[in-house]
Amino acid sequence: MQRVESLQIVLNGEARETRARTLAELCAELGHGDGRIATAVNGDFVPASRRAETRLAAGDRIEIVSPRQGG
Amino acid sequence: MDHRVEENGSGETGPARPDLLTLYGETFSSRLLLGTAQYPSPKVMADAVRASGAEIVTVSLRREGAGGSAGAKFWELISGLGVRVLPNTAGCHTPKEAVTTAEMAREVFGTDWIKLEVIANDDTLAPDQLGLLGAARSLVNAGFKVFPYMSDDISIAERLLEAGCEVLMPLAAPIGSGRGLNDPYGLRTLRAYFPDVPLIVDAGIGAPSHAAAAMEMGFDAILLNTAVAKAGDPVAMAGAFADAIRAGRTAWRAGIMEPRDMARPSTPVAGTPFFDLDEAAGEKGGPGGGRP
Repeated sequence: MQRVESLQIVLNGEARETRARTLAELCAELGHGDGRIATAVNGDFVPASRRAETRLAAGDRIEIVSPRQGG
Repeated sequence: MDHRVEENGSGETGPARPDLLTLYGETFSSRLLLGTAQYPSPKVMADAVRASGAEIVTVSLRREGAGGSAGAKFWELISGLGVRVLPNTAGCHTPKEAVTTAEMAREVFGTDWIKLEVIANDDTLAPDQLGLLGAARSLVNAGFKVFPYMSDDISIAERLLEAGCEVLMPLAAPIGSGRGLNDPYGLRTLRAYFPDVPLIVDAGIGAPSHAAAAMEMGFDAILLNTAVAKAGDPVAMAGAFADAIRAGRTAWRAGIMEPRDMARPSTPVAGTPFFDLDEAAGEKGGPGGGRP
């Protein structure tokens, strides 16, 4: 049985461990599913269509945002 | 751009066509753009948007926690209002942050409109003009329709237009300050210098009279948030702003009189009782003797 190492990432400004290997897996792990969210990795926008192919690395800074009130 | 009342072909003056606001090829009848933040409750926000008659509201993107549903709930509320959304890049301090935020907003909100804010200083929330220009160039190249939040400086305005912005949003006063038109001369100059560019006064409006004053100068629209959201009665205040903006717009189209230094009687002088031209020459003293 292959043991999946957890990765240390920074999610929305806070340190977090994840077993996800891709951005899509991370979104699923966080319960976002097909929610109305947008993502960025290390300051660059990652479109929804590329989350599955976007592999995570230790230390990645990930932003997951959603619609909110604004002025 | 000629918003003024003009000949309608019949020899009489009157509005020749509906007075619509055009932004990037889309037309709107309301000239109030309303923010959606800081209201006492989601319901008050929704009621205020309806009372304002706004057809465009500003929105933002914020971090979503694990399993969070705040974004979905907010989106459902906004969708129910039937208005167009203008996402912002509020809080961004660098062009890179602003561009990434805009790209995320385009995907989430399904619009290429972006209210571009690049903030220079957290205390003043003043725009970083150089960062703004860089981000505007990148975003226009990426197909965005950029609404830059800027100062009323003519040179930065020229460069933003050269970069491909078709709408400019000069500030009236610092965001959230409610101080009104801090620099009426600068705003008036900007309006005169770019008569054909849609100009939206954004930020710093505190009272409906401020909004009316900007509209009387010929600005195309007003974007505000705090003045409505933090009013004692936001829904009533939304209506007051709508009225003021409509009044200011109509006044500008009607042509406001030039101010004069000296008084000028509005009642006809001819036929004034007890008025005698000979006596008016000042030969006799007494009442009326000194009148011209």
